[in-house]
Order: sequence, then C-alpha cells, then structure tokens
Amino acid sequence: MISLALALAMLLGLAAGCAGDDGKQTLNVYNWGDYIGEDVIEKFEDQFDCKVNYEMFEQNEDMYTKLKTVKGTYDVVIPSDYMIERMIREDMLAELNLDNIPNLQYISDYCLNRDFDPGNKYSVPYMWGTVGIIYNKTMVESPVDAWADLWDPQYEKNFFMMNSVRDSMGIALLLCGYDMNSRDEAQIEEAKEKLMEQKPLVLAYTGDEVKDKMIAGEAAMAVCYSGDAITMIEQNEDLDYVIPIEGSNLWFDNMCVLKDAPNKELAEQFINFMCSEEIAAENREYINYSTPQSQVLENLPDEIKNDPVQYPDRETLDRCQIYKDLGDMAGKYDEFWTRIIVN
Amino acid sequence: MRKFKYASLPFAAYALIFILAPLLLIVFYSFAGPGGLTLEHYKAFFNFEDPVYLQVLWRSIKVAAVSTLLCLALGYPMAYILSKMRPGLRDTMVFLFVLPMWMNFLLRTYAWMTLLERTGLINSLLGKLGLGPLDLMYTQGAVVLGNVYNFLPFMILPIYNVLVKIDSSVVEAAQDLGANRSVVFRKVIFPLSLPGVISGVSMTFMPAVSTFIISRLLGGGQQALIGDIIENQFKVVGNWGLGSAMSVVLMALILAAMNVARKYEDENAGGNVLL
Repeated sequence: MISLALALAMLLGLAAGCAGDDGKQTLNVYNWGDYIGEDVIEKFEDQFDCKVNYEMFEQNEDMYTKLKTVKGTYDVVIPSDYMIERMIREDMLAELNLDNIPNLQYISDYCLNRDFDPGNKYSVPYMWGTVGIIYNKTMVESPVDAWADLWDPQYEKNFFMMNSVRDSMGIALLLCGYDMNSRDEAQIEEAKEKLMEQKPLVLAYTGDEVKDKMIAGEAAMAVCYSGDAITMIEQNEDLDYVIPIEGSNLWFDNMCVLKDAPNKELAEQFINFMCSEEIAAENREYINYSTPQSQVLENLPDEIKNDPVQYPDRETLDRCQIYKDLGDMAGKYDEFWTRIIVN
Repeated sequence: MRKFKYASLPFAAYALIFILAPLLLIVFYSFAGPGGLTLEHYKAFFNFEDPVYLQVLWRSIKVAAVSTLLCLALGYPMAYILSKMRPGLRDTMVFLFVLPMWMNFLLRTYAWMTLLERTGLINSLLGKLGLGPLDLMYTQGAVVLGNVYNFLPFMILPIYNVLVKIDSSVVEAAQDLGANRSVVFRKVIFPLSLPGVISGVSMTFMPAVSTFIISRLLGGGQQALIGDIIENQFKVVGNWGLGSAMSVVLMALILAAMNVARKYEDENAGGNVLL
C-alpha cells in the first residue's frame, strides 16, 4: 500500500512539475551551448514577466533530430544558415511578423537577405563568424595559413579536427579543389578518402572541449570557430587564428520561431529583445562572436573593429562560402563521416 | 502466485512504462522502414562485404573484455583483502571505495583528461624527472583505463559481498582436513565466490561494452566504439532504424552472455548449499 501511495505521489509530483508557476507565460528557447550572455535570460524574464526554459545543443544536426521528435516544445531556436534553409524547405519554421521586431533595423545589411532566407522572412541574425585554424605560434615551424597544413606529417598527432560532418567534409572538399557544398558523389568520396588519409595524423576529433585544450597548449593547431578563437587567444597570447588561403566557411546563426511554437508572440518579443543594443552588446561581450548589430559594432573600440579574427576584411570574407542545405545528399555525407570516425 | 498482490501494482506499472515499453519501441524502430516492416537496418549492420559496423562491434567487445579482465585482476584481490579486515576498518574501506561514485561519472572522466594530457599532471611530473612527455590521451589504453577506473567498484562490491558471507567453519574444515592455504583458496574460497565473480563480470562488462562518453573524451573519437556509433545515429544522423538495430544486436549479445553466466552459476549452485 505504501508503495502504491509513493507511486501516486511521484506521478502527482510529475504532473505538478509540468504546470507553469503562477500562470506566468513561458518561453522555450533552444540555443547552442555557451552561446548567450550570462544575465540575458534573467533580464528578459524580469522585463516581460515570464519564465524562460533554456536548453542547449551541440550541433545543428542534433538540434534538428530533437525538433523532429519533440513537437510543439520549443518557441525560439538558433540554427545556422544551411539548417535554416532545410527547416524552411521542410516547413518547420513560422513566418515572422517583422512588425514585432522593430530592432531588425539595426541589423547590418551584410547579414540580411542571404540566400538561405531571402528577405529574412523566417530568421533574424544573432551572430556570425568563420571557421579557421587556431594555432600556437610557439609550436609551429612557420605561420599556418592553409588547410593543407592539417595534412602535413610534421604535425602528426599534434592537432585537433572538429567532430562535425559539415566542417570536416567541407575542409577536405576545399583541399581537393571542390565546392564546400558539393553534391557530386565522386567529389564527396574523394574528400572522404582525404580525411581517411589524414586520420592517423589527427590527435582527436573534438567538440567544445577544444578550447581548454588549446589554451593549455595540448596541440599545435585546431580547427575552430572564430568566436571561440577570440576566447582562446584572450587566455593564451601564443595563439593565433587564420582563415586559410583555400577559403573557408562563413556562417550565420539566426534566431527563428518554430511553426508549432506554443508562444509565437513572446518568441518574437524575445528576438527583438536580443537585437536591442544593450542585450546584443552583452551577448557579444560574453561569447565573442561577430555581431550583426550595427550600433554595437559602431561602439566597439577600434582594436576589436579592425581585428582580423572578429571582423575580417572583405577580401578574406569573399573567399568564404556559406553552407547550403545538401538535400538528399546529406545522407551520403553522414554515411562517409560515420566511416571516417569508425575506421 | 495465484493471489494477485495490489502492492506489486506500482512496480508492474513502472516496469511496463519505463522498461518494457522503451525496449519494445527500440525493437519496433529497428524493423520499421518507410513502407512497413523491413530487415534493411539489420542488413546494413551485418554487411559482410563491407563489415564496418561489425568491426566496431568487435573492437568494443575487445575493449570491454580487456577492461573487465583488468577489473577482475584488480578487484578480486581487493575484495579478498577487504573481506579479511576487521569489521570496523572494513566498513570504512568499503565506504571509501564507494565514495568516488558519489561524484558525477562525467566529472570523474574529465578529471582523467587533466591527468593524462601532454600538459597534464602525470606528464608535468615526468617532465620534472626529465622524462616524457608520453602520449597517454586519445589511445585505446586511455579508454580501457577510463573503463577500469569507473567500473571497478561494480566488480569489487559483489565479490566482497559473497566473500564476507562465506562461513568460516567451511574454511576451518578444509584446514582440519590438511589443506594448505593455496588449496583452501583454490578448492573452497574461490569456487564459493564464483557467483560474486559472475555478477561482477557482467556488471562491468555491460557498461563497458556500451559506453560512449569514455571513448569520446579519453579516446578523442579516434577509435569509435559501438556506443559512439549508436549515439551518433540517434543524435546526429537521425537514422533511428540503424541505431535501434545496433542496440538490439548489442542487447541480444549481452543477454546471451548473461544466460551463459547464469547457466554456469546454476551448475555450480551445489556450492551454495553450504552458505
């Protein structure tokens, strides 16, 4: 009998946990890990008298898989360009009512109206950046400037690759002289062979933990995102970041509202809030990625504005490509990547 | 069992909702295809012309087997020593063995990273002696170490529990009959402790064969194990069918291994009469 009562109590407890506290509105945000200013959520809760459930993901792909399985749970998600393109194609995103997002006017033109979401009907830029190589000046023979350096036997077991399909395959495609968004099976296969050939040289395939490793001087080089590079350079001045000569990936992480979002209006208010000068500045300050907010950019000190890591010149940026949705070829990329990590 | 006990209802409900239903779902997904039931996922796994997944499974079994053997080699003597201690000290020691398990498993694995790295504690100490640095991280050895460290208590505790319950009069009888220490151990104590060994082996082998976080953090994704591939299929690739099929194969394997162990235990049950 006691166990029965306990089980009942447990179930009741579960049910109670689901109901919001004091009928406040709730907003469910799904964002990258370590990708928002520390007080931002609290400020939003105070200002809009609501409760925010904040959850994090590690890669676009695992966010997508999660959204496919739990429907009607999240309001705001912050995926990257190619994933947004895919989600629009699959009718997962809600069209934004831009009247509710007046702060969009402060977003710089460079970040707007990109191919993955023409006219920004579905998404508002949050951060942007590049993929490149972070290297330890005291551990390399000559300055690193090319992806080919990641295939140089002298750095055997002395660099980290990213545990990410698109980034790793993209780098290998560039090295083979192809487009990062190749949908040609022979080219993708060739890129896979390139990565197989590189595998014995790789120290490890890492995620977020690469930051600590590079700061500690564990390896000479690592593939990383520009914003993470800033964080690492701040903590170890021997480090430097380069966008390789073969070109690289330019990416945008935009805020979107899901089609089945329980609270669309609050979601739009959240997006607008994130684009306000104060909050955008706070986010930039904390996560170090390049801001699309023009007021914030203007007020930055010159040394940051002219920092080639955070705000590369146009010429460098023109070498970079934005990832595109691969459509039915995405499966091939996954299959080849699985083979590489299994081998 | 004719009288249905209402008190068992919550347990039955719990087992149904949290154990049976997820298991059935996994089995279902492993056979589900776009147009009904299919064997496609199993065919992809058991592709003998291109046995990429089978190789991973084999690698996982090897890593888990080595880890389990090491756990046994370390854990049995430890459990034996523990069982011979005087009760007060013994309880403190058992407590000390369990203590690290109060800390999160992930945290303990992260701690090993900072020990094994090139710039880590071990290599800095070696450096002071003019040695190294050794490449300890991102090797299969590091994965085995992570397994042994994390799962060792699961080996020690069941063996210890059996050993402390062995009736000392049985040992004395053997000694009275002229058996020396080594004979007493081989003919009496070890056979009597086998149930503990078997449950220790299965409690360490099972988590070791399906782990994914240890191999990712300490192995650096260099030598993926079956757990990594299953996680990847579910989380990143979104191919639940193949991920489920792999899980089902892994479960079948573990079940078979446990059955063999149980049979062996039953055959040796004669020894337990004395307990």
